[in-house]
Amino acid sequence: MREIPDPRSLFRSVWHVLCGTFLPCLLAVVLTGTTPPAQALDAEEMFEDPAQEARARDIGRQLRCLVCQNESIFDSNAGLARDLRVVVRERMAEGDSDAEVIAFVSDRYGDYVLLKPPVEGHTLVLWLAPVLFLGIGGIGLLTYHRSRERRVVPELSAADRAEAQHLLNGEQ
Amino acid sequence: MITEFGHFALWMALAAALVQSVVPLWGVRNASAAGMRVADTAAQIQFLAVAVAFGALVRAYVVSDFSLETVALNSHSSKPMLYKVTGVWANHEGSMLLWVLMLALFGVLISLFGRMIPVAMRATVLAVQAVVGVGFYLFILLTSNPFIRLDNPPLDGRGMNPLLQDPGVAFHPPLLYLGYVGFSTAFAFALAALITGRVDPAWARWMRPWVLIAWSGLTAGIGLGSWWAYYELGWGGFWFWDPVENASFMPWLIGTALLHSAIVVEKRNALLQWTILLAILTFSLSLIGTFLVRSGILSSVHAFATDPARGVFILVLLCLYIGVALMLFAWRAGELREGGVFALWSRESGLLVNNVLLSAATGVVFVGTLYPLVLELLTGDKITVGAPYFNQTFLPLFGATMLAAGVGPFLSWKRARPAVVLRRAAVTMTVSVALTIGLALTLTQADPAGLFGAFVAIFLATATLQDLALRAGVPGVRASVALRRLLGLPRSAWGLYLGHTGLALAAAGVVAVSVWKAEEIRSVAPGTEMAVGPYAFTLAEIGQAQGPNYQTTIATIEVTRAGQAVATLQPERRWYPVEGRPTTEAGIRSLWHGDLYAVLGDPDGTGRHVVRYYYNPGVPWMWAGAVLIACSALISLTDRRLRIGAPSRRRAPTMQPAE
Repeated sequence: MREIPDPRSLFRSVWHVLCGTFLPCLLAVVLTGTTPPAQALDAEEMFEDPAQEARARDIGRQLRCLVCQNESIFDSNAGLARDLRVVVRERMAEGDSDAEVIAFVSDRYGDYVLLKPPVEGHTLVLWLAPVLFLGIGGIGLLTYHRSRERRVVPELSAADRAEAQHLLNGEQ
Repeated sequence: MITEFGHFALWMALAAALVQSVVPLWGVRNASAAGMRVADTAAQIQFLAVAVAFGALVRAYVVSDFSLETVALNSHSSKPMLYKVTGVWANHEGSMLLWVLMLALFGVLISLFGRMIPVAMRATVLAVQAVVGVGFYLFILLTSNPFIRLDNPPLDGRGMNPLLQDPGVAFHPPLLYLGYVGFSTAFAFALAALITGRVDPAWARWMRPWVLIAWSGLTAGIGLGSWWAYYELGWGGFWFWDPVENASFMPWLIGTALLHSAIVVEKRNALLQWTILLAILTFSLSLIGTFLVRSGILSSVHAFATDPARGVFILVLLCLYIGVALMLFAWRAGELREGGVFALWSRESGLLVNNVLLSAATGVVFVGTLYPLVLELLTGDKITVGAPYFNQTFLPLFGATMLAAGVGPFLSWKRARPAVVLRRAAVTMTVSVALTIGLALTLTQADPAGLFGAFVAIFLATATLQDLALRAGVPGVRASVALRRLLGLPRSAWGLYLGHTGLALAAAGVVAVSVWKAEEIRSVAPGTEMAVGPYAFTLAEIGQAQGPNYQTTIATIEVTRAGQAVATLQPERRWYPVEGRPTTEAGIRSLWHGDLYAVLGDPDGTGRHVVRYYYNPGVPWMWAGAVLIACSALISLTDRRLRIGAPSRRRAPTMQPAE
């Protein structure tokens, strides 16, 4: 991972974007190109365009800093997190969509890097958990009511009804 | 010498706990009043003994006795006195000692203030508590003994994690443990109910004060921890869905469900089995939380222990207690008879819906926290379950809980009239939708998820105020009458209104800061002005200073709004030479609507510093909400019918032993 994008890659990315005629990204690349990072500081990694920067941060919040405890690369001060932030911005500058950037990183670092686990076979339990718990709870609630209603209002037999009617009519 | 006496006292506490767990149960079985009474005496002796042990450890820290291993590893002679004392529980051994101190404290309080609890029930409760205690005394004495001496004591200690040298986090563990360990009372009452076969409204009334204290402490503890993270960790976050945070959040969530279902037992003698199960689960999650944090299975700033022997020991204890409790439940719960009947539309059902939602929310947090561990153990696959997962699964469930909390109080006990409830809810809905639309129009950036969150908070606040107004008779009565009615409301009703208002306020704060915060990060030289939302932050100057055990760089930042001075912030960057670690201290000014927040970063060598400036709207509401929630439990605690020790002479409790 590089801390300072080297000029050749920058040129390539500009070329790529030009070929793609993707104007908003072109603008961003030109802007980042005109302010070459002087120091390895997180403030200097940033896009000038607030919309691009917001996108970069949103992506950064979904990726885990691999050497930290449960911190996103956006939140972390670790060097590796900074490097990953730079990679994210490079991919964005190349015109990748959010999903493509995230896929680029997870292809290299595995699912472990994703703070939001993908929906796959071995994470199915995870994603079904809310529905499952709610379902069990809901069924339990209804069953409870059913059983209570049944116990509390026992059906009267025909003989009971006849006797009740008998008593209600005031007959002995 | 005092240290050895403390060590001895800890063994005495174990002995007292052993007596307390055996003799009272024998007394209950053989109907021996003397045997049962042993529980009270033993609980008092146990508390005295463990207090002496704890006192001895505190003394060792205060006088910096580095011949003790834990003091040498975790303290330093140059630390301020406050942190020498709080350093006692800022490490594994000391914090476990605090754990058993809290457990013994609850035992002695039950023995002293639980006089109206029949002696057989009290004896069983105390015996169960002592059984829990025995396990943890053994854990401390065998694997985490704080009284171990060093053969060659060092001249000075290794110091304490500077992040923890802070007033906010200093009192976070005791409050958290007040909650964690306090839930052992619910566990003990639940098991006592299963053992004696007695559950009725009186039982719920005996249990409720202890659950309220524990829940209030846990709320305050979580709030304090979150506040500390907010100002100390330096990026304005307050909740990270870190497994350690989840470990304390799960007992809170399920404890909230317990608090509500216990009301149904108390008022309507229904949901008995469910409440007992919740009581068991609440403490089980406290134990699991203790395991997660103390075993070192997760490593983060809280998890200090890395010795696997400890982890296995707690795991065995955990399985033993939870397993036995659940087996006892499976065996005996069927014999408990449900009392009161209620319709589908009733307060009871409303509370049951609250329970289902809160339990599902707890389940989601549980799965999200433990699934990565289990998956890695079973398959070796490493995955991360982070904030985005919890935000997507937990927040909808919790939002639904809040909506239910708004409508719930509209329902009357036993049988509510759907038409009345729906009419009131329609009023709430109209008002809160109108307010949300108004909000959307005034805001420049309208995030749909954020607006929905705001709607939920507004709905709960509106519904709560509406219900309060209805109980005061507004509109329709004169103000003086309404005021008198409000003052005459039972304290537990005030607990409800304050708690729900606090929740709405906290939720509004969380939504506001998550969606509408303004943030700027840049490397600047003194004199540079930066716009952050409607404010302008100017780095005025940077100076150096010396603290008691650290050096610090202090920045002075002037904040203005439309040319008017608003605040001066002084964020610091401290360096602790003993520990060799830096900390950041954010400069914060709280206004009623939000915080101005500044963090000073590294210098770049050319006279410029990286600074992070934030405007965090709603954050003060979050803390105010948490305080309201914690206080609501305490206010509810002063309710006449719960006042600890007040015998209810006017009306004999209805006692219906289960067959």
